[in-house]
Amino acid sequence: MAGRVESATAGLVWRQLDHWRVRWRRTWRGSAVTTFVLPVLYLLAMGVGLGAYVDEGGPQASLGGVNYLDFIAPGLLATSVMQTAVGASTWPVLGAIKWDKTYFAMIASPLRPRDVLLGNLAFVAARLLMTAAVFWLVLLLFGVVALPWALLAIPAGVLIGMAHATPLFALSARLERETGFMLIYRIGVVPMFLFSGAFFPVSQLPDPLQWLTQLLPLFHGVELVRALTLGRPDLLVDVGHVAYLLLWCVVGLALADRSLARRLGG
Amino acid sequence: MGGDEALVEARGLRKSYGAVEAVRGIDVTVRRGEAFGFLGPNGAGKSSTMRMIAAVSPPSGGTLRVLGMDPTDDGPAIRSRLGVCPQEDTLDSELTVRENLLVYGRFFGLSRPEVARRADELLAFVQLSDRAGARVEQLSGGLKRRLTVARSLINEPEMLMLDEPTTGLDPQARHLLWDRLFRLKQQGTTLLLTTHYMDEAEQLCDRLVVIDEGVIVAEGSPAQLIRDHSSREVCELRFGADDHQGVAERIQHLGERLEVLPDRLLVYAADGEAVAQAVHEGGLTPRSTLVRRSTLEDVFLHLTGRSLAE
Ligand SMILES: Nc1ncnc2c1ncn2[C@@H]1O[C@H](COP(=O)(O)OP(=O)(O)OP(=O)(O)O)[C@@H](O)[C@H]1O
Ligand SMILES: [Mg+2]
Repeated sequence: MAGRVESATAGLVWRQLDHWRVRWRRTWRGSAVTTFVLPVLYLLAMGVGLGAYVDEGGPQASLGGVNYLDFIAPGLLATSVMQTAVGASTWPVLGAIKWDKTYFAMIASPLRPRDVLLGNLAFVAARLLMTAAVFWLVLLLFGVVALPWALLAIPAGVLIGMAHATPLFALSARLERETGFMLIYRIGVVPMFLFSGAFFPVSQLPDPLQWLTQLLPLFHGVELVRALTLGRPDLLVDVGHVAYLLLWCVVGLALADRSLARRLGG
Repeated sequence: MGGDEALVEARGLRKSYGAVEAVRGIDVTVRRGEAFGFLGPNGAGKSSTMRMIAAVSPPSGGTLRVLGMDPTDDGPAIRSRLGVCPQEDTLDSELTVRENLLVYGRFFGLSRPEVARRADELLAFVQLSDRAGARVEQLSGGLKRRLTVARSLINEPEMLMLDEPTTGLDPQARHLLWDRLFRLKQQGTTLLLTTHYMDEAEQLCDRLVVIDEGVIVAEGSPAQLIRDHSSREVCELRFGADDHQGVAERIQHLGERLEVLPDRLLVYAADGEAVAQAVHEGGLTPRSTLVRRSTLEDVFLHLTGRSLAE
């Protein structure tokens, strides 16, 4: 019985392919600048420009003995997928509930809220894959990826993105007004972006902040991607990061499922 | 195609949103092939009822069968055979007119060539072919409404549900839509619609229920409702602003019933002309006099003490 429901869901999710494909074709240009151009500018300004000063006395021990560019490149990959995830799971979700109400159109067809959620998240995952892959190619051009481990940074990027997208989807599906997003950006996204170890080691932070940072999925994402692009993963530690990110995905998915069902099924 | 097969069967159907009781125990049976209407003022519970029948909103009480199935358990199967035109447009404003139809048809499991064929047919049906490539956000309200109707037909539904299909349309667009709905009905599509326009209900509905504050206050064909709940004719009288109440007392006896509205008096009688004459003979000179046949509006006024429009 459970099997029958599962396979039915897969079919109903698949039926959304054209919907998300056409939407992607319409909207990708708007997100391309923030997704790709800005990180490359960061890479140049900070990795290359600032890096020249940081590395003056040779590679720093606190950076793990690598160049600053090598240090922040994986951090930027992680923060970029995080930002793509935030962008894809906030305004568009509330828009499909409140403004265009496209989710309501979708559930008037055979699709159920859960199918819509999974279809939307599959679309987000595809965008994340694209972000991670393109960013990875940029890193390749900068010569800051150690193969073959570094290849795993791409799926890791998708995982990091989903760890943010699922709980944010749940939140967006509960919001009444978009003003909540400003709050999420100011007290959530921006501090996380700055303090999750992408630009400097969190060991530089005072202890309580360090603990706080380590609760954030982004910190684990940055550490994971860095280990991979530097080509020196530590199996135990990095499996721990993956598990922690997966936990966020699973809990986020469960919350999003409940939130959307409640919002659409009134 | 059994003529009296029930597509919708509701018994004691209820819907609450927290403390708000939107639908308070209604019984409705809609048979295949008929055009059935919910007529009622704002907040009566029409949309709430429609959403329950469309299997997107779980009932809070009572029983409901749609196409012989239970909407709570068989939602996808029911919805695959319904067409839904919701009260508020739910079009994807970033996509073009045609794309809205193409992607929507896919939700029903139709192949790409099939949706493409139906999309073009439907665009012609609602006279939107020349706007096929336009972005939806550039369309006027009336054109969006037509597109929504077209979209609701993409799965060739057995039952088409229209929640206030013509609100906000100009008279020409309304008549176009009425004509299209009439054609669908001829082809055997069951229509279920809500409206607060009595002329729409009279034009389109074989049978309707008048719903007010979540309960059904009358049921029948438009003609039957008028027969049962109103006189044959109405004499509408307008006097100067303040003296309506006083005049009402003086002419009370002229008809079967009298309603005092803010701007006019309605005297219900079999012969409206006779009433008008008697008013004049009684020495009263209304600013204007109009004799007309009773409509559903009068039925509604009688049953609820309120007019439909507000
Ligand atoms: N999602 C909801 N949450 C809370 N209350 C609701 C919701 N939907 C409707 N209501 C309330 O239920 C009552 C009936 O609303 P409904 O939309 O069914 O009426 P309606 O007959 O369609 O009115 P209208 O002619 O204005 O469209 C109203 O009091 C409305 O405020
Ligand atoms: Mg309504």
